[in-house]
Amino acid sequence: MQPPAKCDLARTDPKPGGGGGWLSWRRLRALCWKETLQIFRDPSSVLIAFFMPLLMLFIFGYGINLDFSRLRIGVWVEDGGAEAAGLVAALTGSPWLEVHGYDSRAAMERALVDSQIRGFVVIPGDFSRKLQHAGETAPVQVVADGSEPNIAQFVRSTVSGVWQNWQAQRAADRGVELKREIALEPRVWFNPSAESRNFIIPGSITVIMTVIGALLTSLVVAREWERGTMEALLASPVTRAELLLSKILPYYGLGMISLLLCVAVAHWVLRVPFRGTITALWVVGSFFLLSVLGIGLAISTGMRNQFNAAQAALNAAFLPAVMLSGFIYEISSMPVFLRGVTHLIPARYFVTSMQTIFQAGAVWKLLWPDIGMLACAAAGFIGLTAKLTKRRME
Amino acid sequence: MIFLSRIQSLVRKEFQTLLSTKSGKMLLIMPVILQTALFPFAATLEVKNASLAVYNEDSGRPSVEMMQRIAASGAFTRIIPLWSAAAVEDAIGTREALLAVHIPADFSRKITAGETSPVQVILDGRRSNSAQIAFSYLQTVLDGFLKDRAAAAGRAVPSEIVVRNWFVPNLEYTHFILPSLVAIITTIGSLIVTALSVAREREQGTFEQLLVSPLSPEMIMIGKAVPAVAVGFFQATLILIAAVFIYDVPFRGSLVLLYGGMFFYALALCGVGLFISSVSKTQQQAFLGAFVFMVPAILLSGYTAPVENMPLWLQHLTWVNPVRHFVEIVKGVFLKDASFGRVLTLVWPLVVIGSVNLTLAALMFRRKAA
Repeated sequence: MQPPAKCDLARTDPKPGGGGGWLSWRRLRALCWKETLQIFRDPSSVLIAFFMPLLMLFIFGYGINLDFSRLRIGVWVEDGGAEAAGLVAALTGSPWLEVHGYDSRAAMERALVDSQIRGFVVIPGDFSRKLQHAGETAPVQVVADGSEPNIAQFVRSTVSGVWQNWQAQRAADRGVELKREIALEPRVWFNPSAESRNFIIPGSITVIMTVIGALLTSLVVAREWERGTMEALLASPVTRAELLLSKILPYYGLGMISLLLCVAVAHWVLRVPFRGTITALWVVGSFFLLSVLGIGLAISTGMRNQFNAAQAALNAAFLPAVMLSGFIYEISSMPVFLRGVTHLIPARYFVTSMQTIFQAGAVWKLLWPDIGMLACAAAGFIGLTAKLTKRRME
Repeated sequence: MIFLSRIQSLVRKEFQTLLSTKSGKMLLIMPVILQTALFPFAATLEVKNASLAVYNEDSGRPSVEMMQRIAASGAFTRIIPLWSAAAVEDAIGTREALLAVHIPADFSRKITAGETSPVQVILDGRRSNSAQIAFSYLQTVLDGFLKDRAAAAGRAVPSEIVVRNWFVPNLEYTHFILPSLVAIITTIGSLIVTALSVAREREQGTFEQLLVSPLSPEMIMIGKAVPAVAVGFFQATLILIAAVFIYDVPFRGSLVLLYGGMFFYALALCGVGLFISSVSKTQQQAFLGAFVFMVPAILLSGYTAPVENMPLWLQHLTWVNPVRHFVEIVKGVFLKDASFGRVLTLVWPLVVIGSVNLTLAALMFRRKAA
């Protein structure tokens, strides 16, 4: 198994001092080994470390899709003219719309209330007549379901897109060229197909790492305090540094394996382009993992009770990672106060780095500032844990 | 009668464990307050404060007018003028701007001559959803600009499109989020309470004592379910009050329908919580089990992303997700004044989910008791 190898990582920083010093390799290795056995013995930690990442990636890959493929809308035509029929045909023919017809306008409105359709188009009775009169403007009414703001926006833009094409086509049929003076040419950089999955999945890995780093460790260490085994350990010759490292290293290893698993699945199964390097991933991932491990350990050392630690980790680490990290909800759209708060959340820096590594590549110029912040956070939280442990020992 | 009084004393005991400590009480209220205060501002897909970088190589009047129009629209809070293509690359790369517009040198000449001028818009694909929404804002502003130019030149448009939004006319995001939050926060609260209550007793060894008491496994289950339902109702009511009185979201439907739906939802959740409890040995397992259920259930409830964007097989699969049905109930009753019939079609899946889980949990407890 890997654990002894993982402990070797710590050897890169050897300190003289012998068996009675602040760090003994023999003791540290034994503690790491014990911790690792404990992880693999409990089915729930294996569930969280290996099953949960796959489940989450799968959910973010298939379930969280912000790109509308087919909108259900209703159409109500009060006009029997050919022009109206032409517009209906254009709506029905659009690959982005699924058009439903109704027997009465009331039935269509009820369908909107019941969320069976997301909007409807009404073509008024004098539509064809007005259209043929040069001086008059023929209106098309569109009603969207405002209780779903995002969907309502897409109803608006999709229907007006179809309507614009129909107008251009109609003009072309009459030999008139309907010229727009400005032709906007959108180019999407980094993610040319503009698939939401390509930025959501790299960001969602942040949430997965937070669950492993903060939630799992907070429970595990709190349990040791709750059951009194921590006191037993503290009474032994084990030093504070050994204790901390023995909690950090095995979970660091677990988190890293999980990170690689996530990136592999994202790239080969979910087909998200990966333009970065493993080195960049390792550097950024390590600092982020250390900072969330620090949060988890600080919470559990401070709380010493599983129920409270779990609740605290959920509220202090997991929810901010989902809500305030910017992986799905844009930080720049938040009010100034909240934007300030997001700077205190390590997940924020990891999300931007992951999106850069995946979509732009290992652009160190963009990564360094994030790495610096993550390193500060890691040092801060681990230092806090060390301080809390010391107080507990006295 | 004995049945009732026995359950009553068990329920009283459950409430005591839940509320005995100060931190226990805090944990029932604090997260609700914190989340109600933060989520409506954070969890939004609306695009606000977007910045637009502009690289304008043209100095003619039309381009200046167009830029003034964009600046005046309020769609972008910050407009960053740039002087080279390299600066554009930088502004997008460092996320300083969400969109960048490149106006070519012959822009004014072409559009004055009645030709079509291309305008390149660069979108940051790392935030493709926001960038696309911001792009549609830009398009709307330009449509208005072109329409006015046409009107000034005496050309009438043959047809126009008039969009109205029902239920929430201004598409305020808070009106969408708060009803959904009623469903989500209630889920977290009551699920964790049920899932952990049995596991804690088991870890502390008091579960055996309960089993040898005159209480039947079903009575124990009811005793565990009542406080969780109460916690759910309490937290939901808190958010409901905040939504209506602090966030000014109009409540259009019937409270009876809402609380009726909530009752069946809470039962379904208790079923899930008790089932998780019945298969876990420790609090850690119960908590992580609840977590593994809760996160996918909330993410796939239609709150984060619409259910209709999912692949069809996954849409069918979400039928077993109680959160999805309850989010629909709350949003429907709250914003759209949903009818009794509509609520009924959403409640019966909850009844099925609840009964299946409660039966499974009862079977597990019976096996443990035997």
